[in-house]
Amino acid sequence: MKSWRRIMAIVRKELLQLSRDRLTFGMIVGIPLIQLVLFGYAINTDVRHLTAAVADQSGTSLSRQLLADLSASQVIDFKWQVNSAVELENLLDAGEISIGLYIPVDFDRRVIERERHAAQLLVDGTDPIILGVGRQLTAIPQSFDTTVLPERQDLLEVRNYYNPERRSAVNIVPGLVGVILTMTMVLFTAVAIVRERERGNLELLINTPVKSSELMIGKIIPYVAIGLLQVLIILSLGRIFFMVPLRGSAWDVLLVSLLFIATNLSLGLFISTSARTQFQAMQMTFFIFLPSILLSGFMFPFDGMPPVAQAIAEVLPLTHFNRLIRGVVLRGSQIGTMINEVLALIAIMVVMLSLAIRRFTKRLD
Amino acid sequence: MMNDSRVAISATGLSKHFGQLVAVNNVSLSIERGSIYGFLGPNGSGKSTTIRMLCGLLTPTAGEARVLGLNVRHDAEQLKQQIGYMTQKFSLYEDLTVVENLRFISDVYALTGKKRKQRIEELLDQFDLQPRRKQRAGTLSGGQKQRLALAAAILHQPPILFLDEPTSAVDPQNRRDFWETLFELAEAGTTIMVSTHYMDEAERCHQLAILHHGSKVAEGSPRQLGLDIDMQVTEVIAEQPNQVRLALNDLPIVASVTQLGTRLRILVSKAVPDPEQQLRKCLTDAGVNAELEQVTPNLEDVFVAVTELADARALAA
Repeated sequence: MKSWRRIMAIVRKELLQLSRDRLTFGMIVGIPLIQLVLFGYAINTDVRHLTAAVADQSGTSLSRQLLADLSASQVIDFKWQVNSAVELENLLDAGEISIGLYIPVDFDRRVIERERHAAQLLVDGTDPIILGVGRQLTAIPQSFDTTVLPERQDLLEVRNYYNPERRSAVNIVPGLVGVILTMTMVLFTAVAIVRERERGNLELLINTPVKSSELMIGKIIPYVAIGLLQVLIILSLGRIFFMVPLRGSAWDVLLVSLLFIATNLSLGLFISTSARTQFQAMQMTFFIFLPSILLSGFMFPFDGMPPVAQAIAEVLPLTHFNRLIRGVVLRGSQIGTMINEVLALIAIMVVMLSLAIRRFTKRLD
Repeated sequence: MMNDSRVAISATGLSKHFGQLVAVNNVSLSIERGSIYGFLGPNGSGKSTTIRMLCGLLTPTAGEARVLGLNVRHDAEQLKQQIGYMTQKFSLYEDLTVVENLRFISDVYALTGKKRKQRIEELLDQFDLQPRRKQRAGTLSGGQKQRLALAAAILHQPPILFLDEPTSAVDPQNRRDFWETLFELAEAGTTIMVSTHYMDEAERCHQLAILHHGSKVAEGSPRQLGLDIDMQVTEVIAEQPNQVRLALNDLPIVASVTQLGTRLRILVSKAVPDPEQQLRKCLTDAGVNAELEQVTPNLEDVFVAVTELADARALAA
C-alpha cells in the first residue's frame, strides 16, 4: 500500500514535470509526425521515374516501339537523346542519369535473329535498387510484331500477398512504430534518472524511503502511456495518409506495443543507471538505435544478413517487435502463432529491468 | 554506548577513502539527543562525506556508526524514515511549485489525507512560504529555496536532521531566522547536525567539531574550545597594520597573525610568559605605533590554532 503510494507519487511528479517540459512534450508528438511523413514518402523501394537517356543508332520503327514500351512502364523517363554509347557513359559518369539505353545500328536484325541481345541498358549499379530496376526492365514483355514466336513462357509467376499494389509505405509504417518507440522510449528513460542525478534531485530522493524498484516502476508508467499515444498517432496517420491496413486485431496491436514499450523502457533505465551524464545517456541510446534501424529488418530483409548480424539483431527488441507488428497489422496474424517473439521480448525486458534495479543502489559510492 | 538513550548519533573510527584520497580519517563522535552539533571546516575537510556516511548514503571504508541505534552500514533503509537531510545544493524539483514539491515529499513519506494537508499548510505558514505556494521552486530566491528545503526535510518530523552547509546561499537576515528555527526544533527534541564554514554559525552550536583534512582536530562547546587551546591572544590596533604584520611575522614566539581591518590578532603559545611585553618591545624596536590588549580567544582563533597545529604535526611526521 505504502509502496503503491510512493510509486504513484513518482508517476504524478513525472507527469507534472513532463507537462512543463515543452521540448520533450513536442518530441512525443513531433517525432512520430515528422518521421512518418519523411519515411512514408521518401523511402520507396518501388522505384519510378528514373532519369534516363537513349542513344538510338538504328532509328527504326522497332526501336521507337521499344522506347515507347519502356516509357509506358513509367519506371524510366527519357530526358536525353544522344548519339553514341560514349555520350551515355559520360552522362552516367556525371550522375545526370541512372540508366542509359543503347540501341545499336543492327537492332532490327538482332531482334529477329534472337541470338544476341538486341539492345543494352547501361545502369548505375552503385545503388542496388536501381540495378534491380534495370533487371526488371529486361523482363518487360515486348509486343514486337515479328514472325518468330516466343520460344518459352516464364517459368515462375509471382503472386503478391498482403501488398498487391507494391507500396513501400505498407511495410514502412508498421516498422516505423517500432523505430519511433525505440528512439523516444529508450531516450526518455535513459535520460530520466541521469537528469535527476545531474540536477542533484537524486541525493534527496535516495535519502527518502523510496525503494529502487519503486523509483524504476514509477518512472516507467508515465512513458507507457506516452508510448501508446505514439502508437495510436502512427497507425492512424498511416491509415489516413498511406492507407496502411490493420488486418489483425487491435487488441493484439495493443498487447504487442505494450510489451515492446515496457522492454524499451527497461533498456532505457538500464542505460540511465550506467551513464554519468545526460550526454552519455544519449550517446548510449544511439549506440542501440542505429543497429536497431539497420539490423532489425526495418530497412533490409533479415534473411539477407550474414549470421553475425542476425545474431546481433536477435538481441535487439526492435527485431522481434518488427516481426510481431508486421504480422499483426499486415498479415492479420494472431499473437499465438508468433509466441517465440513475445517470449524473446519478455526475456529482454526482465533481464534489463533486473539489471537496472540491481545497478541502481541508494548509495552514492 | 549504543544503549545510552541520551546519545542520538555515535561513531567510532569512521573513515572514508576515495581511491588514494582519504576524505575522512578516523573520526569518532558522540552526539546528544536534542543538541545542535556543528561541523566546522573549510571545503574539502570531509564535512559532507561524514554527514553522508551518517545518513547511509556512503559506506564507510572503516569504522562503525550508529544513528538512533541503527547501524549505518546495514540498516540504512530503516534509517531513512528517521532522518531529514538537507543537501548542500538545492535538491528539490525546480520545475515544480512550492506546494507540489511538498506534496511529493509527503507522498514519499506516506503522509496522507487530512494529516498531509494540515502539515503542508503548517509548514507554509511556519516558513513564510504561503505567498509563494504556487511559484516554481526554481524561481525562488536563495533564502526562500533554503526555507523550502528545510520545510521538506522536516515534513515527516524526523528525530534527526542533517544539514549540509544549509546557509551558503543566504543573506544574514535569513540566516538568523534560519537558526532561530533550528533552535526551536532542537528544543522540541530534534537532534541536529549541521556543517558550516562560517564562524558565527559555528558559534551558535551546542557542540562543535573542527575538521581539517578529514580528521577531527578539536571538539567541544565553542566556549570550551576557546579555553582549551594552547594559545593566548593579543589584539593589536595600529594605523599601519601592514607594518605590524611585517615586524611580528619574524618574531619566533608568534604562532599566527590575523588581520581584521586595522586590528590584528596575534596568537602566542601559553608557554610564553607575558607575551604582551615582548610584542610591545618588538613593535617599539621597529618604530611602529600600536595599542596592545590581551583578549579571550574566539572561535576563529581556535580554528587557526588547531589547524596550524595539525599542519605543523603533519609536517613533523
